[in-house]
Amino acid sequence: MTYRLGVDVGGTFTDLILVNETSGDIHTAKVPSTPDDSSVGVMNGVERVCGNAGIDPSEISQVMHGTTVATNTVLTGSGSKVGLVTTRGYKQVLQIARSYVPGGLGGWVIYNKSDPLAPLACTIEADERMGANGKPVRGLDTKALEKAMAQLKEENIEALTVSLINSYANPKHEKAVEKVARKALPGVPISLSSSVVPEMQEYERTITTVANSYVRPKVAEYVKNLEKKLKKGNKNIQLNILRSDGGMASAKLAQQLPVNLLMSGPAGGVSGAVWVAKQAGFENLLTFDMGGTSTDVALVQDGKAHLRRETTVGDVTVRASSVDVRTVGAGGGSIAHVPELTGALRVGPESAGAQPGPAAYNKGGELPTVTDANVVLGYLPSEVRLGGDMEIRKDLAEKAIKPVAKALGISVKRAAAGIIDIVNENMYGALRLVSVEQGFDPRDFALIGFGGAGPLHANALGRLMNSWPVIIPPGPGVLCAYGDATTRVRDEASRTYIRRFADTTTADLAKIYEELAAKALKTLAQQGVPDKDCSVSCQADIRYQGQGLQLTVDFDLKALKKGDLAIIGDPFDEMHKQLFTFALDADKEIVNLRAVAQGKSAEIEARKLPRSGSRTPVNAAKLGNTTVFMDGKDMEATLYQRDKLKAGNKIEGPAVVLEMDSTTVILAGHTGNVDEFGNILIAPTS
Amino acid sequence: MPATIVETNKDKFSLIDIDPITLDIIENAMMNARHEMDAVLFRTAMSPGIREQHDEFPMIANLEGKMVVGQFGSFIHGFKEAYNGTIEEGDLFLTTDPYACNGAISHINDWLLLRPIFKDGRLIAYAAMFGHMTDVGGKVPGSLPTDAREIFEEGIRIPPTKIYKNDELQTDLLELILHNCRMPNWNRSDFNALVAAIRTAEKRVIEMAGRFGDDVFYSALDELLARNKRAMGKLIKNTVPEKKQFFEDYICDDGLGMGPYKIKCAMWREKDKVIFDFEGTDPQSISSINFYLNEEMFKMFCGVYMIMVFDPQIMFNDGFYDLMEVKIPHGTLLKPQEPAALSCRTHALGRIFDVLGGLLGQGDPDFLAGAGFSDSPHFMYSGYDKNGEWYQLYSIGFGGVPGKPSGDGPDGHSLWPSFTNVPNEFLESYFPLRIETYETITDSGGAGYNRGGNGLRMGYCFLEPGTISIHDDRWLTYPWGVNGGEPGRRSEKILVRTDGSQERLPSKCDRIEVGSGDILYFNTWGGGGCGDPLKREVERVEFDVRAGLVSMDGAKRYGVVMNADRRVNLKRTETLRARMAQKRGKVPMFDRGGDIETLKKRCLKETGLQPPRQPEFQSWALKVLEGGKAAASGSVKVKRAAGKKAAKKTAKKAAPKPKAKAKVKTKAKTAKKTA
Repeated sequence: MTYRLGVDVGGTFTDLILVNETSGDIHTAKVPSTPDDSSVGVMNGVERVCGNAGIDPSEISQVMHGTTVATNTVLTGSGSKVGLVTTRGYKQVLQIARSYVPGGLGGWVIYNKSDPLAPLACTIEADERMGANGKPVRGLDTKALEKAMAQLKEENIEALTVSLINSYANPKHEKAVEKVARKALPGVPISLSSSVVPEMQEYERTITTVANSYVRPKVAEYVKNLEKKLKKGNKNIQLNILRSDGGMASAKLAQQLPVNLLMSGPAGGVSGAVWVAKQAGFENLLTFDMGGTSTDVALVQDGKAHLRRETTVGDVTVRASSVDVRTVGAGGGSIAHVPELTGALRVGPESAGAQPGPAAYNKGGELPTVTDANVVLGYLPSEVRLGGDMEIRKDLAEKAIKPVAKALGISVKRAAAGIIDIVNENMYGALRLVSVEQGFDPRDFALIGFGGAGPLHANALGRLMNSWPVIIPPGPGVLCAYGDATTRVRDEASRTYIRRFADTTTADLAKIYEELAAKALKTLAQQGVPDKDCSVSCQADIRYQGQGLQLTVDFDLKALKKGDLAIIGDPFDEMHKQLFTFALDADKEIVNLRAVAQGKSAEIEARKLPRSGSRTPVNAAKLGNTTVFMDGKDMEATLYQRDKLKAGNKIEGPAVVLEMDSTTVILAGHTGNVDEFGNILIAPTS
Repeated sequence: MPATIVETNKDKFSLIDIDPITLDIIENAMMNARHEMDAVLFRTAMSPGIREQHDEFPMIANLEGKMVVGQFGSFIHGFKEAYNGTIEEGDLFLTTDPYACNGAISHINDWLLLRPIFKDGRLIAYAAMFGHMTDVGGKVPGSLPTDAREIFEEGIRIPPTKIYKNDELQTDLLELILHNCRMPNWNRSDFNALVAAIRTAEKRVIEMAGRFGDDVFYSALDELLARNKRAMGKLIKNTVPEKKQFFEDYICDDGLGMGPYKIKCAMWREKDKVIFDFEGTDPQSISSINFYLNEEMFKMFCGVYMIMVFDPQIMFNDGFYDLMEVKIPHGTLLKPQEPAALSCRTHALGRIFDVLGGLLGQGDPDFLAGAGFSDSPHFMYSGYDKNGEWYQLYSIGFGGVPGKPSGDGPDGHSLWPSFTNVPNEFLESYFPLRIETYETITDSGGAGYNRGGNGLRMGYCFLEPGTISIHDDRWLTYPWGVNGGEPGRRSEKILVRTDGSQERLPSKCDRIEVGSGDILYFNTWGGGGCGDPLKREVERVEFDVRAGLVSMDGAKRYGVVMNADRRVNLKRTETLRARMAQKRGKVPMFDRGGDIETLKKRCLKETGLQPPRQPEFQSWALKVLEGGKAAASGSVKVKRAAGKKAAKKTAKKAAPKPKAKAKVKTKAKTAKKTA
């Protein structure tokens, strides 16, 4: 018998899901996270879940893991000291960046740019030049480079990036630099821009490769350590890490290309949401993951999350595919304030975070947060014990909101309702970014709410978006672990190939695609996925010649071989029309070619709840009543205990459903139906 | 006759009370709509100028035409006054004529689209957007001729025109326009992109009104404007002194060898109102550096700048316009008479921000920043490649952002909102170019407690014969430093031919022939320093030296002595700083690096270029100024003697192109008549 294990490490809990690969049976476990060394929590969880299942850890064949190590390394600025080799004349490529100053007209007055991820003092130039056509203009001056390496040695760099101009067209010079560096800097991991992201645009390619170097030692240490611990009891166990694009990478590949893990955490949430919603019968959805400081949203169409070719963490944006997750600085800890000059109510982006936290948590926070507003309104009743033991203090929440109410000249409850409305509006903006603004009608999508605060706000967001039903899956942490456990191994190979349609043929393209596919399949084979379990899909990034954007077209290679370039050209025109209301009668141009190889997905089914006898909520799930402030007035709402709900139960709003790590609000005029998998599906009462 | 608005639904909107939360939500939604306009445009436009560099500006206005969200303030009032026709549902206006929209756009390259938004037969709002087209015809590729004397030389000028009627594109008209441009495909695509962005705004506005109710939406926009007015009112009272402040700055030359041109402005407060008076600004130029400045636009510049400096929380819109009065004398560089040439207005437009900074900062020196990268230098390169295909590049350069109270100015960055550089690998794969050097210029940022950003050096190696144009400035006058900060280094352009010979190119020039293998070094200027450089922490100086942003020698401007290992020598630094402080005495508020006369005297030696001659002003411009003086509340005073003398001198000595001169004269008559 073999098992696969999904592991999600959250801020408070580590969730695990154990799946029997033959029967599809599932076991779960929840243990406290251990932030200092998360592998400790993971190992505790492994022990617990195996105990629950009555199996020996040696029966686990694969561990699938989403991690925020790479993300946190960037956010906390705790990455390694990166050295950089550029083409002569381009030493300051990161210092100049794209010359962009954010903040609109006059924004420069308050803009302070952060220092480059690779310090200028650790940057040297190589005397060489590659042409845009891939032909060398000037060979590498090896002697001079050997000399220049002394500076990097003196600076004690911990990782090295080589990023030369036009290396996307020909990596020869970067490889030559690598050879010199290996000798001069033994033991220092080297990342080449031509292998990390062989695409045009020197700044983007450089920052991506530098980011890779920056997080590499930290990620490598974490992954190696975890792998070692897992292998202790089971030599054959295979560790896979979830990538930003929702695919899995082997532990080894993850250590080499950690820049692809920057969105690993959110990607796990989206993958889990996709899987859970699929079980419930929904394949078009908006995911809404609201945490303490920020909210992540994404759009899923036909069971597939939209991807984009860019990942942003903090103020670093890199060229790496990731699930198109948009993040807004709005969460439970977002602070409300009223600037004196305008008298407007603002919420966020400043956050009280976990420390000092919302006032209601009584951990020293005094500023009014979104959580405090939820407490004042009765959406987070004091019956809730966060994480099982934390008390909620309504009096402190009211005290914190009072100044806001005073500044606005309204009651504390109304001010709290205002805070919720504003923060909902901010998140609504993010949801619109991934839907309406991409040409999708939100009415065609269900909205799935998770994360610590998601279920509190999801019903209201569903109402703003007109997206029904609103799906509240059981246990937000479990959701991510589901995502991990059900994800497929994935790899892609890409190449920049700029050609007008008129200047290329389907035969040329087919030849390159076959090479790319072989490359991607080889990586999968190295991860133990046999060819027969793999599928390859092809993508082309296309634009009208001269245009800045590229749209990615998926197509069937066989069809391309048989047909003409319209196979990729027509879908491009259609997409352009959907997105921007017009198509052009202009020359089309190919920019990048990409082959994506994927392993088989696990076929498991979510655990089912027992059905209820009657159509009304069983009294056993009822905890009592509580007063909530909703739609401008006080109302009586019913309190329910989530783990006592049965399939087929119907919950009439206003209601508040409590579980250990999240709270669900069902608004007046809405009904929540519990489905057989324990999801609550909320829709307006008909 | 002002425009007539045609509505099928005669019901008036009613003004109702809006609760503050709904108001904030609508404000937020309007901001989202505005950003969405940008997003749509960037993704679908074709010219690098718009899609990579983001030379474009969106706006959404209320039904009276006041800007509620956007960047450059509303021109709709002026447009409605001047447009002699109807505004109907399904109309979409296109104009490129600064003179026809009271300077809402300031040169022909900017295509401005305006859409009245109707809901249920009633006008409910406006959406507008303009973008800079790479080429709009005219005498030189890029349509920005430095030596133009009249706007007729600068390309196809489109008066306010319904390019869509009843939502139908007027194809013949569009084709006629495109036929006059060198890169019609880019214009067509950029035009489509602008239309798509405007339609997006329209959709959002109608959705919003539907969601909240028409009256709520209407009233909310009104209240947003009022809220801004209240906030700005407090800000003005707190920050603008009643005592008159003066500031002046210069455009170094006009591309015809004359300069510098003075921009002068006074600012003071009378009760709640702040007044700006440009009296003392030089008369209009005979070349194309004139900037037809819209008063409302200046208010917006000023409001935005004040908000950014003093309180970035405030959302800006047109609400505060009543709190400002702007006087710009007619016939000056900032209010030239039609048909004066306008294409190269970018320098004066940029310099306005330095003038503003200097004016506002004097009232509150703690908020004073150095002179900025107040320009967008243009580089243009065009010709036929080996395959006989036409190539044409228009790109904007970047430089040193000034040191400011909040910190150092970034190196080689943009002072303009949302502008980005064009990736060099992109340039190299689409144009016959190789960018050999792309770095900031060591020591070019002004020394200060907060350092001015370094200017940028770009080495363009040409791979095909072609012609280039350059528009830049600040080669004679310095980007000044403040409160002890030193000026930044000036700009320069050096053309190195394949035979090794070097040539200094003037700051503004057209039709320079280049051959394959020639290299142009386009060096932009550094930002002015802010605050006392002798007080800058030595660690920060050391960091810059190790990064190569400041040289070992350059560190001495901070009174910092470096050892050979590029570490600070603390002892010698202490001594040097004490000596320098004593020698220097009291630090001035502004350091301009010398007055104009001194700069001119040192010009040839320091820049390798002849100093510019005293500008010649057309005599009629001086007369118009005089006439305007009587009509427009006595706001004009020009050193007539000097001006007239100069004018006479020109007539005798240079008498350039008598034909052009004659034309100017006849036009002057019409100008006088309309005035």
